[in-house]
Order: sequence, then structure tokens, then C-alpha cells
Amino acid sequence: MKTETYHHQFETPSIIGTILRKLHIDIPLFIGLSLAASLSFIILYSAGSQDIGLLTRQGARIGLAFAFMTVLAHIDPAQFKRYSALLFGIGIVLLAAVLVMGQTALGAQRWLNLGFFRFQPSEMIKITTPMMIAWYLSEHPLPPRPKHLLIASILILVPTLLIAKQPDLGTAILVASSGAGVLFFAGLSWWYIIGILTSLTALTPILWHFMHDYQRARVLTFLNPEADPLGRGYHIIQSKIAIGSGGLYGKGWLGSTQSELDFLPESSTDFIFAVFAEEFGLFGCSGLLALYLLIITRCLYIASQARDTYCRLLAGSLAFTFFVYVFVNIGMVIGVLPVVGVPLPLISYGGTSIVTLLSGFGILMSIHTHKKFLHR
Amino acid sequence: MSSFHSIKDTQLENHFFVNRIIAAFVAIVLLTTGLIVRLIHLQVAGHEHYATLAKDNSIKIYPIVPTRGMIYDRHGNILAENTQSYSLEIIPEKSKDLDDTLLRLQKLLNISDEKIDLFQKQRKRQKRFASTPLLLSMSDDEIATFAVNRPFFPGVDIRQRLVRHYPYGELAAHVVGYVGRINEAEIKTLSSAEYQGSTHVGKLGIESAYETELHGKTGYAEIETNVQARPLNTLNETDAIQGVNLYLTLDMDLQKTAYDSLAPFNGAVVAIEVKTGGVLAFASRPSFDPNPFVAGIANDAYQALQSSEAQPLFNRALRGLYPPGSTLKPFVALAGLEHNAVTASQRFLCPGYYQLPNVNHKYRCWKKTGHDWVNVNKAITESCDVYFYRLASALGIDDMHDFLQKFGFGEKTGIDLVGEKSGLLPSREWKFEQKKQSWYPGETLITGIGQGSNQVTPLQLARATATLANRGNVVTPFLVDKIVTSTDTHAGPETHNEIIALKKSNVEAIVSAMVDVVHSERGTAHDLKKDFNYLMAGKTGTAQVLGIKQNAKYDENAIEFKYRDHALFIAFAPADDPKIAVAVIAENGGHGGSVAAPIAAKIIKQYLKDTQ
Repeated sequence: MKTETYHHQFETPSIIGTILRKLHIDIPLFIGLSLAASLSFIILYSAGSQDIGLLTRQGARIGLAFAFMTVLAHIDPAQFKRYSALLFGIGIVLLAAVLVMGQTALGAQRWLNLGFFRFQPSEMIKITTPMMIAWYLSEHPLPPRPKHLLIASILILVPTLLIAKQPDLGTAILVASSGAGVLFFAGLSWWYIIGILTSLTALTPILWHFMHDYQRARVLTFLNPEADPLGRGYHIIQSKIAIGSGGLYGKGWLGSTQSELDFLPESSTDFIFAVFAEEFGLFGCSGLLALYLLIITRCLYIASQARDTYCRLLAGSLAFTFFVYVFVNIGMVIGVLPVVGVPLPLISYGGTSIVTLLSGFGILMSIHTHKKFLHR
Repeated sequence: MSSFHSIKDTQLENHFFVNRIIAAFVAIVLLTTGLIVRLIHLQVAGHEHYATLAKDNSIKIYPIVPTRGMIYDRHGNILAENTQSYSLEIIPEKSKDLDDTLLRLQKLLNISDEKIDLFQKQRKRQKRFASTPLLLSMSDDEIATFAVNRPFFPGVDIRQRLVRHYPYGELAAHVVGYVGRINEAEIKTLSSAEYQGSTHVGKLGIESAYETELHGKTGYAEIETNVQARPLNTLNETDAIQGVNLYLTLDMDLQKTAYDSLAPFNGAVVAIEVKTGGVLAFASRPSFDPNPFVAGIANDAYQALQSSEAQPLFNRALRGLYPPGSTLKPFVALAGLEHNAVTASQRFLCPGYYQLPNVNHKYRCWKKTGHDWVNVNKAITESCDVYFYRLASALGIDDMHDFLQKFGFGEKTGIDLVGEKSGLLPSREWKFEQKKQSWYPGETLITGIGQGSNQVTPLQLARATATLANRGNVVTPFLVDKIVTSTDTHAGPETHNEIIALKKSNVEAIVSAMVDVVHSERGTAHDLKKDFNYLMAGKTGTAQVLGIKQNAKYDENAIEFKYRDHALFIAFAPADDPKIAVAVIAENGGHGGSVAAPIAAKIIKQYLKDTQ
């Protein structure tokens, strides 16, 4: 009885709050994610031409994703740490398996057919890569020594290259940045960071050599979309028209003409932000960005409060990767980055990516809600 | 591990980490601000510009369809051209109720369901404002009927379009091919940007093999329109690059002679310019008129072509597989001489049959009474089977296979057409792979006279003949002589120039035997009217359609026509300085000498007269 009163005095008195707490759910994060998910339904209804079936399927996915999140939030971070290397290893094996015998969808090998369902190992590796790097670096003194940096870099490069070979440039970028995020939070020297950024720029011509034709075409299109307005440039031109015509206040919900008249391709998946911008204008966009920023800030706060090095690095990297998600998608839709297949997190239709995404948040919640049993 | 860290380390780490969190936060806020600045740029500064663009139908990008290139023969005769025709077209966006419009049009003009279907498929891959043809090549009646009712069909109009036309019709259908409406499978493979606005694609022959070049490159115009979608002005225009014109090596006079003189038989004739490999005649009989395919052939007409027993759609010259019969003998004889299995003067006795040691089976000569003593010249001139049984037996299948392969038997010739067959040159490996059986000595004998598993295409046979005429310089046949663009002219496909090392005396022995086939009293083609003043080298051949049992007699008159032997003839001339090589296959023609040889002689005579 005494403990009960204690709870009532110092913690959220509502029943929902108590339940969420018991479930190891972080309330601010939960509210932010729920808001984003609700926005997803609103904008999908418009972008998907009022297709209820589309909403139902998205609802099922989001429900599953939230369930995943809850389950993961329940697990003690020590467990994640213990299985980091194993999970990472499994992920790499599966990625290699995809390259050898994966199914081709849209010209890229991404799926592994397990008989009863199709599985995309590149999704799993998005989470296991930062776990692996965080585990590896937390086992050694920080900031990392050159030797550890080298090994960590190789550990990041292996899954990145395997995914880039599928080819899935978008996911490869996300995996690389999740690993890079860990290095950054581990205290990688600024000189290294500047050096890496400079050499990446210098390596661009070599990278160009290894790119697929369609990837090169995308980069060229990005540099000059008007060069091929009927083909590849069409996307960007129409997307810019949609966003620009939205103006300050937007055309209102269901008011998007660009997607309604089929000018804008992929309007409910990768290019959904263009529809959002057309209907809700600059104010709406700023609001959405603010919501993302709030979610990211909360994640960074969780990272700063984390109980040990592993948790900090992992939490920091997950927050950072989420931002890369947002930035790469919006950047490509508004024409400041080349088109790579990255969906707008929490909003875009479909993909197993939403499950992975919320799994990441599940881990963050686990880190935040399992602090009482400090090992240190 | 962390328990080993000192307190100081942990504090240092903490310090670092908090710093990094702050740095990350600042970077994220800055980058987000960057996104917002860009959004302001688009949505506030650029708003007016983009709003105009987005306003209903304000700017449209219209494809400018390139004109398909023409196809000519070597003398500039037109094989494929574009003619003006009127088509009924619909702009889906402007039509209020498309389904209803289609239904009423179908009733008014009696349009088949297939055409409606085709229209729907094409409409779906185009922009809503693009004009899509429903009927091509409208008749005057149809134009008049629609013109009267036009006000009831908003969005439907008659437009002029260029339609492909093949003046020579069936004569060159198997070479030139045809274009047809783009079908569903092709939509998936063709570039949607390149084929915006294109309705047709090459389906067969040169039209298909040179599709990219003939099609050209689609241009586009950005056109500003008002709310009624009326064009106001053109903002930006990139011209289309017209398709290239192709000049073929084909000689249509020769082609006509080849096609006509094959009648009444089905079959194929291929004539090759020996020095270059350019194909002069490429006839497959019967043929079909490609023109109905352009507008979309009616289903029953197509079914009739498909199910016809004579198979007019089948390209015999390129894909027909025939046993070469005795036309293979000069090559086998050359193999024997080159591998020293026999010498030119060596003689064998032909008693009318040959038996392998310890085997009962009698391998018969076509001449029951035998040829007496036979050397290589007599063996070719009189086509003695027994000589070749002995030669093949001495040579062995491995050497025979490897030598014949050099002349292109069993391999694609690499001609610039799609769908060529590679034929079959039997070997030990082939048999083991296909039948999991070892090679029997008897098969070597049968292979040596061009029967058994041997299969050649008429094109292969002509190519091998040209290579022999060329004294071992391998000839690669090709059809496109010149590719002419608006700015330059370049040659057709590259041909490789391999040389088969041959002893001169051996080749001349074979060539002189082939001359004797035509010019000697004993030759199997000596009945040929020799109204020419050069030496022609040739070889007759008869390919069995029906296996004849041991001791049974082949009686031409008693056998149903379709089981009669195929008549073959290969030839080149002039024998000492060959200009043209020909292969003729007349299906169920019976005798190579009496049926196929005159056709080859006629073509050679005409060609040599023309070039002199």
C-alpha cells in the first residue's frame, strides 16, 4: 500500500500513464510518434486518392510496428548488448544470402524468400549495425584508438557495401550513417571527421565509377532535372511544382492537384512530403519539421541520460539516423539532394521500414526505462 | 570491461559525450533550418512561379515523335517507307466520359473489340493529355461518317499520322520484317521516355534488329496552355532526332528472281556476295504481306497465316533446319584431304554399298550398281556415297566435326537479324550430352554424307559455300550496308575476318570437282542449260524427309508430296574468281540437280550480267 501512494504522489497519476510506465513506454516519445502516425493517415488519405484499403494496410503495419516497439522496450538493454555481435553476424550472413539467392524486385535484390514470408535483411541490419559498433567501441576506452576506429570502419563498410550492391543506395546510406553516428558520439576526433568528409568528396569520381547506370542517371538528374523532363527529371520538376504551389498556407487537405491529377509519381511513398507541402504549405511543413525535431531532441535527451557507454552510443546513433532519414527524404523531394529511395519516416506508405523504425524507438525506450539497475 | 575504467575516464567520457550531443543537436537544428530556408525559397519566393505551373493544365510536355528511318535496297529501291494516313485519335483528358465515347464510336464505325483493347493499353502508358490513336489508316467512308458526327465526340479527332508501308509486300517480308502496335510485354521493356508518343515498334527482321537506330530519339516541347488546354505558346523545345536510313546489301531484282523461281516449291534461297559477305538475296517461300500487320492484322487473317500448313510466317532462310545431304560432301572431302585421311588421287571401289568390319548392316550408295573405282573428283562429281563412307570412317568424327565447324556449320552466322538458328553439327560431346550415349562408328558414315543428325539453315549453307569460294577466308553474312543519318554515313555491322588455313592444291581439287558437277558429262547437274561463258562450281544434294527401310525402294511417284525429298544445290561463280555464292533449298523438290540447280544458275547469271 505504501508504495502505491508513493507512485501516486510523484508520478503521473492517470491510469494510462501507469500502464505505459509498466510497459516501459516513454510518454513524450510515445506522444510524438503517435502524432506522426496520425498525420500519416491524414496525408495518406489524400495522397492515396482516398483509398480506404491503403489506410487499412498502413494501419496494420503501424499497429505491428507499435507492438514491436513495446516488446523491445520491455527488454533490458543489457540483453541488446549481449546479443549485439550475434545479431550483427546473422544480419551479415542473411545479406550475403540475399545477394546469392535473393528475389529481384524492381531490378534490385533485396528480399529473402523464407517460404512462408519474405524478409528484407537490410532492414534488420539498420538496427544491428549501430548495436554492433556501439558494443565494440564500448568494450574499449574512449575516445577510440586508431586501431579500434579501423576495425569499426570495416564493420560499418561490410553491410554498407553489401546493401549498395543489391542495389539499394538509400538503405546503404542509412546503415553507413548509423555506424558513423556511433563513431561520432564515441568521440571521434574532429580532425578525423573533417578528413573523412574531405576524402569522401575527393573520392566522388571513384564512387561514380562503381555506381549503377540508374544511380548515375539520378545524380545527373539531380544536377540538371530539366535535361530530361519526360523521363527521370520529371519527378523532381513535378515535386517542386507541388511544393512551390502550396505557398504559405497550402491548398488545404485533399487540395493537392499535383498528385490528384497524377502528375506526381510515388505520391504516397517516397514523395509524400511534396503532397504534404502542397496541401499544408510552409506553415504545415515547419510544423512537421518541428515535430521531427521534438522527437529527435527527446531521443538525444535519452542518450544523454543513458546509464552506460553502450546505451549512450546506441541511443545517440539511433537519434542521429532518424534525422538522416528525415533529411535525406525531404532533401531529395525539395531538390537539394539526389533521388535515393528513402521514405519519409513514420509518414510514407508501406515498407517494412516502419517496423524497423519503431523497433529503434523501442530500444530507445528500453534504454530510458531500465535505469534503476545500474551496473556501474 | 567498463568496471576496469577509472573514475577519471568515465568523467572524461561523460564530458565528451555531452559535448557531442550538443554538437549533434546544433548540427541538426542548422540542417533543419537549411531545409526550411529551401522551403521558403520554393513556397514563398517561388510560389507565384510554381502556382502558375501547377494551375490546371498550365504547362505540358509534349513528346515530339521522330520519323522512323527508311529502308532501301542496294540500288536505292524503297523497302520500307512512311506514308500519310488518317487516324482517329482521342485525347482522354478532353473526353468527358471515355467509356461511353468508346462505346458510341464502336457502334458508329464498327470497330473491333481488339482495337478498343489496344487503345486502352496504349492510353494507360501515356499522359492524359496525349493524343492516342484508336483507328489507323481510316478509309474514306470512315472519315466521312465520323466527320458528320464529330460534334458529338468531344476530344475525338481525325489526325494525320505517318504509317509504315512496305512497297514490296511479301517479297522481302522475312528480311525487312514489319512494325506493329506496341504490346503489353513491350511496354515493360521499352523506355517510357523514348516511346512517349510512339505507337509502333519493329517486330521482325531489320525493323526489329535495328529498332533503336530506325526509331530515332524523341524530342519534347514544353507548351503553355490555358484552362481549356488550348496551347498558348511554346516555352522550350528540343527537336527529335530522326531515325536513320538503312541501305541493305539486298538486290531486289535478284530477290524477286529468287522468290519467283522457287515456285511452286516452298523453300529458301540465300545469295551472298563472296568478297564482302553482303547478302544479295534472302528469300523464304511462301511469304506474307507485312502491311496488314502495321495497322493491326485482323484476328482471323492472322489465325489463317498461323495455321497454314505452308507456314508463311516461318523464316526458312534464317530458321529452317534441313539435313544438308550431299551438299556437305565438298566440305567433308576437303576435311579428308586436309587431315591426310585420303589423297586426291587415292581410289576406293564402290560396289553400291559399304559395310563396317564385323557389322551386317549395308550402308548403301544412291547408285545401286555402284560407281566402280572412285577418286575424290569422281566422288564429288557423281556424288558417290560409298567413297564418303570410307573417307568419313578414315577421318573420324572428331576431325570431321572440328573442320566443318570452321566453315560455320552448327553455329550462328551472326547475321544482323534476330532469331537465327544455329543448326546442328553432331559430335561425340553433343551426343553424350543430349542422349547420354556414346558415338557409334555408323553415325560417322551417315554424318559424312550429310544425313543423320546434321541440320543446317539455308543461310549457313550459303555462308559455308561463300567461305569455300573465298578459299577459306571466312565470310560473315550481313544485311545492312550503309547507315545514313542526317549528318553522316557509316558502314553496317562489323564483320570479322578469320582465315581457315587450307592447302591450295586441296581447295583447287575440290573446286574443280565442283566445276565438274556442273560442266562434266558425268556431273549430277550436267543437265543444266549452260548458256553462260564462265565456270560455275556447284554441288547437288537431296535430303531425305522419310527414312527408307533396308532393301526398300524409294519411288518418287508412289510417295505423298510432303514426304518427297528436299532438293538442295549450292553454287558459286566464276569458279576461279568467285563473286557470288548461292544456296537453294526446294522443299519436297526431289532432285537437287533438276530442281534446285536451275534456280541457283538463274540467280548467278542475272547477278554476273548486272555487275559486268
